Amino acid sequence: MSGYLGSYATLGLLIVVGALVFVGAFSANRLLSPSAPNPAPDKYRNYECGLDPVGGDWAQAQIRYYLYAFLYVLFAVESVFLFPWAVIYDRPEFGASAVVEMGIFVAVLALGLLYAWRKRVLRWT
Amino acid sequence: MKYLAQDPTLANFGHDVWWLVLIKVVAVFALLLVLTLFTIMYERKVVARMAVRPGPNQVGPNGWLQSLMDGMKLPFKEEIIPITADKVVYFLAPVIAGTCAFITFAVIPFGPMVSIFGHRTPLQLTDVPVAVLVILAATSMSVYGIVLSGWASGSTYPLLGGLRSSAQMISYEVAMGLSIVAVFMTAGTMSTSGIVHAQAGGAQANWDIFGWHPQAPSWYAIVTLPSFVIYAISAVGETNRAPFDLPEAESELVGGYLTEYSSFKFAMFYLAEYIAMINVSAVGATLFLGGWRVPWPLSLIDHGVLNHSWFGLIWFLGKVLIFLFGFIWLRATLPRLRYDQFMRLGWKVLLPANLVWILILAGIKTTQRTPTGNTRWFVIAGVVVVALIAVFLWPEKKGPEAPSTEQLEEQLAQLPEGSFPLPPLDLQVPPSPRLQRLTGQREPATVGGGTDEKEN
Amino acid sequence: MTAADVLLLALGAIAVGAGWRVVITSHLVRAGLWLVVTLGAVAGAYLVLAAELVAWVQVLLYVGAVVVLLLFAVMLTRAPIGASSDLDRPGWTGLLVGGGAALGLGALLLDGYRWQKVDAPAVGSAQLLGGEVFRHWVLPFEVLSVLLLAALIGAIVVSRPAPGDDSGSR
Repeated sequence: MSGYLGSYATLGLLIVVGALVFVGAFSANRLLSPSAPNPAPDKYRNYECGLDPVGGDWAQAQIRYYLYAFLYVLFAVESVFLFPWAVIYDRPEFGASAVVEMGIFVAVLALGLLYAWRKRVLRWT
Repeated sequence: MKYLAQDPTLANFGHDVWWLVLIKVVAVFALLLVLTLFTIMYERKVVARMAVRPGPNQVGPNGWLQSLMDGMKLPFKEEIIPITADKVVYFLAPVIAGTCAFITFAVIPFGPMVSIFGHRTPLQLTDVPVAVLVILAATSMSVYGIVLSGWASGSTYPLLGGLRSSAQMISYEVAMGLSIVAVFMTAGTMSTSGIVHAQAGGAQANWDIFGWHPQAPSWYAIVTLPSFVIYAISAVGETNRAPFDLPEAESELVGGYLTEYSSFKFAMFYLAEYIAMINVSAVGATLFLGGWRVPWPLSLIDHGVLNHSWFGLIWFLGKVLIFLFGFIWLRATLPRLRYDQFMRLGWKVLLPANLVWILILAGIKTTQRTPTGNTRWFVIAGVVVVALIAVFLWPEKKGPEAPSTEQLEEQLAQLPEGSFPLPPLDLQVPPSPRLQRLTGQREPATVGGGTDEKEN
Repeated sequence: MTAADVLLLALGAIAVGAGWRVVITSHLVRAGLWLVVTLGAVAGAYLVLAAELVAWVQVLLYVGAVVVLLLFAVMLTRAPIGASSDLDRPGWTGLLVGGGAALGLGALLLDGYRWQKVDAPAVGSAQLLGGEVFRHWVLPFEVLSVLLLAALIGAIVVSRPAPGDDSGSR
């Protein structure tokens, strides 16, 4: 393999070797850890500062996590457009137009940030 | 003989023979593991020295084997999986965290072209035209390790820690990704070796000091200083390090997302955390500090003989260690931020500043191309004026209105019987005793004087 | 068949299989994880097709951001550990929507290309893509920003407590 796929094959090899290392380490852990541990009754309860856990195994997050994740998606999209723009914006064929276009794009998304700011979404309470 | 360091180009990658690739992969793994063990000790030693204590000094020479021993101990421990856990995801989370941590170093350049057993090869595992995107993708994947470990434990504190940690990571990832844009704009490429090459040397200045033409600085830490500052701050936030170590704020969340993990899986998270720190340091050194290139005064020696072949590794590791020292220094110095302060910093300061800086940089670069110098200065002056006006006209921040005494009394009256006792409403802070000593003849302060009847 | 073809087929099979698991699993969070596998396999397919920028953007955006958003959304309502028994809907609606969409898109693609051979494009580097976007596709690019803005404002409006309800977090 050479060139394009070769570069990525190396990356893939790294991930495969990494996975192998972890599998080996986990099996070593299985061999090395105590085989007959003390079977205390409450040992496998989850940790609640020494109290007995109360309630079900539910997980319920607050809405603000969702909003922050949404803002993250918004600005992740913005950054993936900024990346290719950053390597071509100074080509002479674009002149100032590419910069102006990106300025509009950023400004519209900044409006979203401003809206969230004014609506106090950005204030973590 | 000329020792010019040969910069690898993208064409040099992907042509290595298989055993060379294997050697490099194993070397990257070994380097990361050793660096992790070293960093743990480095941190403990430096923090100990800053706190005027000896630090670990028992195991091995001067205690330097302590972290190795700690790491070797963990696999011998019994593994406790809570009954409420989702077993599959519980197992997957540390694997995801660990694997993602290793990907970054695949595209980090350690040095120029070297010869290994007679093969000319770049001192870098692999490089692709979008290498920095690979790094960012790996970082964004590592959020899964955290949010899943918190969820899969089936326990409250890990869940809270995981959610907070992932919210923190995604917040600072935005700032980090945007801070790199300025590097792309200046370098014109996204491949890591290309970015290092672009920082090779600045243009010769056209003014001279007694016949000496100083070179413009070429490191992006100087050329794009705001980006570097933002990158450094967001790197600390991204890796959950002090002063942004809120996910494992031990007084609030027990231990964060890895509370329910034990034995080797715990070691895995620990490893991933430290590798993440090394990763952002290495990326910072590559993108902003010139990568494996020798720093400025030394680079003048014999036309850059110190850039030649394996020397690059020394400078690269040195820069990474300096970066890591910054992390440790911060941890030893600063107290932890509150979560709302932390989020405010990320979204209200770093992000807008970043966007404005990118646009300003684009404007400057575009006007630099125009032949007439005057318009350029007009545009720059205009930008500065607009920025100044914006700063001056920015609406004053209205602090929260102090509640009146009546409102407070109303609230007090609503408290149920047997609530905690409250201090008097118009409590005055007594002046510091040191101040008293200085002024000598100050009246004793009335502490909460005459408020006792109000409390009832 | 070249190595690239084999890889492409394997990645396609992974994507379809993981997509199937997304639908049939009754563990909510695990469904999200299978979605990660699906999207990751699609990114791998892009990579094999030499569209590297798009591939990594897929990982960065869909795997790294959108599915995290989905996971947060799931945890917002509830994310029980273990299977949820009340997830199933009658199968025929899903079959209708999914099958209809697949048939429609397939027909559209087949009709559009009709077995003609297309030259493989050059490596989809950032330079190439950036040039294309800012030369020919400026309007969709700007409209995209408005779309994202609308989505964000919608999410904020929906998530805010109703006026007069002061008990919620402000």
